[in-house]
Amino acid sequence: MNQIEAFLVITATVIFLIPFLKVKGKGLVLFAAILMNAFLSDYFAVQTLTGQSFEFTFPGSLITGPVNLRIDALSGWFILIINFIFITGSFYGLFYMKAYQSQHKNITLHSIAFVFLHTSLISLCVIQNSLVFLIVWEIMAISAFLVVIFEHDKMATIKAGMNYLIQSHVSIVFLMFGFIWVAFITGSYDFNAITSFTAQNKGATGLFLFLVFFVGFAIKAGFVPFHTWLPYAHPAAPAHISGIMSGVIIKIGIFGILRMITFIKADYYSIGLVILAFSVVSGLYGVMLAIMQHNLKKLLAYHSIENIGIIGMGIGIGCIGLGTNNYLLASLGFAGGLLHTLNHALFKSLLFFTAGNVYQATHTLHIEHLGGLIKKMPQTALLFLVAAIAISGIPPFNGFISEFVIYSGFYYWMQDAMVGSLMTIIFSVLALVLIGGLAMLCFTKAFGIVFLGNARHEFNHEVKEVPFLQLLPLYMIAFFIVFIGVFPQAFLNALYQPIHLFASNMQNAGIPFSEKIGDVLQPVTWAIWVFILIALLIFGIRKFALRHRKVAIETTWGCAYIAPTEKLQYTAGSFVRPYSKLFRPFLLTTKTEKEVQGIFPSGGSYKTRTFDQIEKHLIDNPIAAYKSFLGRFLFLQNGKLQFYIIYGIIFIVSVICIPLFYDQIVLFIDFIKKI
Amino acid sequence: MLSLILILIAAAFFTGVIIRVKSIASGRKGPGIFQPIKDVVRLFKKGVVYSETTSFVFQIAPTIYFSSVVMAMLVVPFGQSKGIVGFNGDFIFFAYILALGKFFNIISAMDTGSSFEGMGASREALFSMFAEPAFFILMGSLALLTGHTSFQEIFAALHIGSYISYAIAILGTFVLMMIAMVENSRMPIDDPKTHLELTMVHEVMILDNSGFDLGLILTAGYLKFALYGALVVNLFIGVFPYQYSIPMFFIIQFVLASGVGFIESFMARFRMSHNAQFIFVLTSVSLLIFFGVLLILGKFV
Repeated sequence: MNQIEAFLVITATVIFLIPFLKVKGKGLVLFAAILMNAFLSDYFAVQTLTGQSFEFTFPGSLITGPVNLRIDALSGWFILIINFIFITGSFYGLFYMKAYQSQHKNITLHSIAFVFLHTSLISLCVIQNSLVFLIVWEIMAISAFLVVIFEHDKMATIKAGMNYLIQSHVSIVFLMFGFIWVAFITGSYDFNAITSFTAQNKGATGLFLFLVFFVGFAIKAGFVPFHTWLPYAHPAAPAHISGIMSGVIIKIGIFGILRMITFIKADYYSIGLVILAFSVVSGLYGVMLAIMQHNLKKLLAYHSIENIGIIGMGIGIGCIGLGTNNYLLASLGFAGGLLHTLNHALFKSLLFFTAGNVYQATHTLHIEHLGGLIKKMPQTALLFLVAAIAISGIPPFNGFISEFVIYSGFYYWMQDAMVGSLMTIIFSVLALVLIGGLAMLCFTKAFGIVFLGNARHEFNHEVKEVPFLQLLPLYMIAFFIVFIGVFPQAFLNALYQPIHLFASNMQNAGIPFSEKIGDVLQPVTWAIWVFILIALLIFGIRKFALRHRKVAIETTWGCAYIAPTEKLQYTAGSFVRPYSKLFRPFLLTTKTEKEVQGIFPSGGSYKTRTFDQIEKHLIDNPIAAYKSFLGRFLFLQNGKLQFYIIYGIIFIVSVICIPLFYDQIVLFIDFIKKI
Repeated sequence: MLSLILILIAAAFFTGVIIRVKSIASGRKGPGIFQPIKDVVRLFKKGVVYSETTSFVFQIAPTIYFSSVVMAMLVVPFGQSKGIVGFNGDFIFFAYILALGKFFNIISAMDTGSSFEGMGASREALFSMFAEPAFFILMGSLALLTGHTSFQEIFAALHIGSYISYAIAILGTFVLMMIAMVENSRMPIDDPKTHLELTMVHEVMILDNSGFDLGLILTAGYLKFALYGALVVNLFIGVFPYQYSIPMFFIIQFVLASGVGFIESFMARFRMSHNAQFIFVLTSVSLLIFFGVLLILGKFV
């Protein structure tokens, strides 16, 4: 209890303190506050992973009823992820924001919103009262909006921010509908009411309720087709916010879905299939569009959608395990999903932070203008490479571990599935393999074009590596990426309690989870170690063999052409051209071309742009239709004062008259009905 | 352990046999079948030349590529005898560790800043991506058929004896061999002996590699061929005792190598833009295998 009060007091103090400090002080106080709050919440979170859970009850108000807080293993797992990313992110942000130091007021607002964001995210993990949950959800949405629009003098940033704000409120509408529906029937805002509600209303009602919540949370998480805010918001935000956003804010949507799974008692098998279907589409669609992006951050944003798809696949398998009463399948699925949540938070925030370094050094994120950065920024390049390998799901890093668990889930499910499920499995596996392959294509492109080769563009300023302190949090993240890849057992053991939470209400909870998953992963770990040993050994042999040999440095072999310029290098566009030709039906690429003509040719140009097809059909076209419909009433707003007075009078008269003549109107309608 | 030794021996002659068959088919005597090994040994003795554009990525990439192939080799079993590492889901590891090698190969090509190598990298990234689904569906079908999820258990149990299961093994051979062609950039996909950089895939990616590094890359290529050959052999040998299965191993490897040689002698390379469709065919064939398995197990009800 005291800790929770302390948590709120720290937040409140810091928020009142920040406006009165100098810029440097604001940063330090903010970091200290995040650190303290993180330690306070970690204190509980770590204990929950060893099997304890904490309950607190606040009296609440007349409307909300008593407010319960419960910190169980699921909240614990997410709180730990949130805290880690927030600590590294805010530390990184201290340095990243140096360039904006002169914007005094802006930074004040940013810092306050940042603290609010952290506090609200942690609170969302523990609150058990739906009304309070919605209020905190709103605080979280608005503070996220405020941190995103830091550079609000740019038109694109404001647009992206508005887009995000509107879509997060659509999400709130769905959540509100779900929660109020439950409260209306049961009369209680407590989350447990959801359980009693779905237990009484078996069948389609429970599934429908789940779908309502799923859509609400999926907008936040970025499942296709609810993803359209994501590719705008991520590039618009400052780098540390993009990292946090992709790392944890969208994960709160995943948390919501998982939380609802623990409460809703419905047909888990159908729920699992629904989640799986959305996930497969999200995974494929996200990576397919990611490849076509030439803005580094936008590319990463689409990859978040892809990874949400992978996480969703894990959760889907888990639900199917619950539905078929298969304990091992359920634990494989949820373990894969939860572990990938952590993994994605790690490598995606690292990618965004390194993209921030690139932006800081070159002032551009356009891939085609970059190149050869590995010589100027070797440490950033190395960190990006680690994260790129991890996100492609390739050993020996963490992305492989979680994908391996999910694969194991699929192949395990296969053993006792019938034809319908088998088709689902084979196409999901197909999707997962394709996602891996496409991610590799995408990240060889991103890494190759941005960091390798020669610089494609002359910058007027010096391009140099960021200071070591700024790289420090990045190294911390990279350490965990490698650590999970090499010693996954420690983290899987930590997952025992969260998974037990899902599986505890199954009839035959048979085999203890930790041993079984340990069995699955122990040999993979061995294999990864063997691989590392082999690589080191061969590297040693190579070093030994080359010790006295001649090592010459020459120009790149240009196939007998001796005056190549950096413009001859393969560009990002040409790298993905075979792909874009092949996938043309799925992509919406527009070309604008101006050919070189005449005896004294003027400049020619060639531009391609890829749009999001789902966004066009689901968001843009309906909005355009709605706008053109409303445009017909534009004559009412003609700017003449006389008309507005008439509208006012008509309104007042009708307000007064309708009640007066109510009986007559009813009589008249009855009369018409009789005729 | 046994599989490792056998694969190493097979790797020593596999590429040589291909070259010899090609020479004989075109009316030449051709080099001895150990010539590729001698070439590699010569390369291992040389110094290296690096491009001034390159970074450390270019220097570590061949080592990692080679280690990834060696690691993949350790996973492959031989009939009843296990590979050095074998576990449930090892074929997933097999595919992904090879992907690590490919990842480094691609970025090392990008590291040189040469437009030709970029071209090769782009094609390699796309083609290998399409070969992978076929592999996963094939292994998934076999896993379903046998009820196991590790290479060794799958292959050991794969002797059900019905005609359909042998039909599946033959289709599986086709898929695995085609994947081997894609992975090793051989004929219908890529022409290793072409004279024009624009038409190469794999060869153009390693234009700037030299000496020891080139030796590693070439050796990895030889090993990879024998590796897929070993997987094909495994589809057939099942429970045979060693005195039959070991000769069978070499015979099948030899037949595969000469097959590749004949294909290369009498076939032209596909147009680059048709390759992707060809690789889709692979996925369809593996889906066919999947349906065959469903038929055998009687899951269509």
